Amino acid sequence: MSALDAAKEIDETALAPIVGGGGRGRLIARRFTRNRLGLFGLIVIVLLFLAAYLGPYLTHWQLTDIDFDNFQTGPSSAHWFGTTQTGQDMFVLTMRGAQKSLVIGLIGGPLTTAIAALVGSVAGYAGGWLDRALVWFIDVMLVMPSFLLLAILSPTFKGKTWLLFVVLLAAFAWMITARIVRSLTLSLKSREFVLAAKYMGVSAPRIILRHILPNMASLLIIDATISVAVTILGESGLSYFGFGIQPPDVSLGTLIGNGQDAVNTYPWLFMFPAGILILIILAVNFVGDGLRDALDPNAAGAKAKAKRKQRQTDEESLPGDTTVVEIAQ
Amino acid sequence: MGAYLLRRLLNYVILTFVGASIAYLLAALALNPRSNYEGKHPTPPPAEITRMLTEKNLNPDTDVLVRYGHWLDGLAHGDFGTEVQGGSVGQDLARRVGVSTRLLLFATIIGAVGGVLVGAWNAVRQYRASDQLSALASFLIISTPVFALAILLKALAVWFNNASGTSFFQYDNEYDATITAFWPQLLSRAQHLVLPTITLVLGEIAIISRYQRSTMLDVLGSDFLRTARAKGLTRRKAIYKHGLRTAIIPVMTLLVYNTVLLFTGATFTETIFDWNGMGQWVVTSIQGNDTNAVAAVSLFVAGLVLVAGVLSELAYAALDPRVRA
Repeated sequence: MSALDAAKEIDETALAPIVGGGGRGRLIARRFTRNRLGLFGLIVIVLLFLAAYLGPYLTHWQLTDIDFDNFQTGPSSAHWFGTTQTGQDMFVLTMRGAQKSLVIGLIGGPLTTAIAALVGSVAGYAGGWLDRALVWFIDVMLVMPSFLLLAILSPTFKGKTWLLFVVLLAAFAWMITARIVRSLTLSLKSREFVLAAKYMGVSAPRIILRHILPNMASLLIIDATISVAVTILGESGLSYFGFGIQPPDVSLGTLIGNGQDAVNTYPWLFMFPAGILILIILAVNFVGDGLRDALDPNAAGAKAKAKRKQRQTDEESLPGDTTVVEIAQ
Repeated sequence: MGAYLLRRLLNYVILTFVGASIAYLLAALALNPRSNYEGKHPTPPPAEITRMLTEKNLNPDTDVLVRYGHWLDGLAHGDFGTEVQGGSVGQDLARRVGVSTRLLLFATIIGAVGGVLVGAWNAVRQYRASDQLSALASFLIISTPVFALAILLKALAVWFNNASGTSFFQYDNEYDATITAFWPQLLSRAQHLVLPTITLVLGEIAIISRYQRSTMLDVLGSDFLRTARAKGLTRRKAIYKHGLRTAIIPVMTLLVYNTVLLFTGATFTETIFDWNGMGQWVVTSIQGNDTNAVAAVSLFVAGLVLVAGVLSELAYAALDPRVRA
């Protein structure tokens, strides 16, 4: 399918080897902190995390508390985000939802990438019938309507842990990355250092873990970040329809679903959870963009930015970058 | 070449079939159509429920493979089966495809053209205020879940209608069914189209323009564009005749997939603005435990992936002369 081939071509430039140890890491950290939006995103995520977990302790309301004096009242000093129709505190509810979204995203995103890395690298390295079978499996998964199947399957996990829901979200989101990983593995497979390891008798799983995957670390890190946003979007979308997180548990998606009819009359029921959800995804996307610039200086945007910066400061010639260029071509 | 294409097409068809079959089996196992009848007042006797379920090939006591066999048999005769409420799935499918087409026709055209133009324009004016502003705007739109965006737009429309004392923005259903005269009804349709179209177009432009901008930047630095300028073309002409066309090629695939898959992907938009199209069916069929409808949606989606694959290859061939040779 050529859409995926095109995606592969776009992402192939992201193949930047992580050479050496601390030097490169420091360089990337410096490049990342120079990207103001990326840094801003990271700070926002940390703050949201703190607010989501510590915020509820700042108010004496509990998730199950009902304030009989305040039904559907607006934000006040007693209820910062107002109250629901049944007198629940919106701030506590929203923070609980933010906890769910953040945790689901931060587990689901890396999990998605891990599945993709595993399937893609095994298919690419093994070749033969295993490769053909796995590629076919990827294609079948791509043809299936993921949102529909997630919606069918997730209520069957009712009453069980939400971790199963995270696994399910990841299980329907890894395919395109797996194709990219596979094609990168195919090109890495014939490189000298892999061949050398192979002839020295290193086992296939070890070669994949120690030599193949570390060489596409940049791609995997960027993909994991994007997957965090995708997972949160998927979770909140399904929860909005009532297919995801099930009551009595709350998620930002269920809160938005409950508040949507009251947007014009009791806006706090919708605005606070929606605002927090958008802020989370925006912050994750900023971090992803900052990481892409830091890890993949070859990308169009980053390249131009680097040029401009160089005129100003003329500080760095990057030993890693030349390698990147060679590999990308 | 012909044999290669044929083999690819055959592979697509087999994939579609397998994908739809898995979806049918999962739906048949996970959904519970019986609950639709048990919730009725007065509740029909259990034997009657079982009879009605069996009649519609929905009886959970029948082996799932047997039900799958019936479903396949029906498909082979062009019959998508019966809905829980008794209607024909095939007729509903045709009606809903019509609704979605009327919704998406303008949105996809405006979104695709707008996305390409905004992206190209920003690439040409890289790092100007307009470029950075639209980068930020795209980030914001991409980060806003469609349902939040749609609800917000709807809230703004209600606010505007109240403030201006008119009912300019319409946000429920496809048109006002009480209006029957031709021109007024056309106007009503247009009014109902505005909000969902804006919702879809914003998202489409945000994504496409980002890709278009980055491919355009690559092209702008290329030798062939410099050659075109050296031959005496104006900058504008060189960019539009030589640059844009080349830069669209990689984006084309994304554009085709996005557009075609929107047929069932406009789920949130159709649900929130109450259009009874394919996207809404994705949700209502599951909520109604309507196995045959779910299977029809799945088959349709799988078919769309196939169509998108073929279309994107055709578009590629049309734009890239190297492929045609």
